[in-house]
Amino acid sequence: MEFTDWISDARNIVFLVISLAMVLAAIRVVTSPNVVHAALLLVVALAGSAALFLMLGAEFVAWTVVLVYIGAVIVLFLFGIMITRAPTGRDSVQLDHERRWPAALIAVATFVTISWATTLAFEDAPISAGVGRASDLGTVLFSRYVIPFEVVSFVLLAALIGGIVLARKDPDQ
Amino acid sequence: MIVNQFLVVAALLFSIGIYGVLVRRNAVLVLLSVELMLTAVNINLVAFGAYLQDELLVGQVFALFVIAVAAAEVGIGLAIVILIFRNRSSANIDELNLLKW
Repeated sequence: MEFTDWISDARNIVFLVISLAMVLAAIRVVTSPNVVHAALLLVVALAGSAALFLMLGAEFVAWTVVLVYIGAVIVLFLFGIMITRAPTGRDSVQLDHERRWPAALIAVATFVTISWATTLAFEDAPISAGVGRASDLGTVLFSRYVIPFEVVSFVLLAALIGGIVLARKDPDQ
Repeated sequence: MIVNQFLVVAALLFSIGIYGVLVRRNAVLVLLSVELMLTAVNINLVAFGAYLQDELLVGQVFALFVIAVAAAEVGIGLAIVILIFRNRSSANIDELNLLKW
């Protein structure tokens, strides 16, 4: 498919803007010398992913990302940064390793490998985003996938108890 | 829209996350990069679900499961980081060399 054909679809322009914002924010997450900025820029990347889910018709997943990630996980991260007193100054030497180039090489190699494979496999396969309703997802989640759903809720309960046990002060000390 | 555009953006986010995991020294920032990688996986799952037009919505269901497990992972991970910080007064992962010989 030619690029001019691709860009003539208005949805693809929206996609391009969203994914550009996402990728720039993600790059700043891994390079920012300020820890709090990194956590707040992750909000931009996650909001972009929620917008992509909306474009794909996955409405409930999008709002779950907004609620769980942007609402809860980022706040947890900010508390973690506060408690561990991570350096919030501008000295990037403390936050990153000296040898960045091998890591960048591995990252680029991963990207080239994955995108080469998917381009070979799916070249121009069209995707049609129907409007997915949350009630359909709820019905299937509580009929076909009810046992995995309960297992996941048990995992969350175990993580909750484990987090409390790990993070509280030992009363013997 | 073609399916490959979503897959390429997800691959880009995944490799940025790999870079962050490899290059960051602070454990909280490593966890942030892991979140980026999980987001990339979620985009892949939902894109394939929309591509296959699945009646059972398996892509979206698994994306929800990944989100739930990621939330559990962040809770436990940050608790461990706080514990390590309390014992070693540092959250830098390259100073944790007790298992190295």
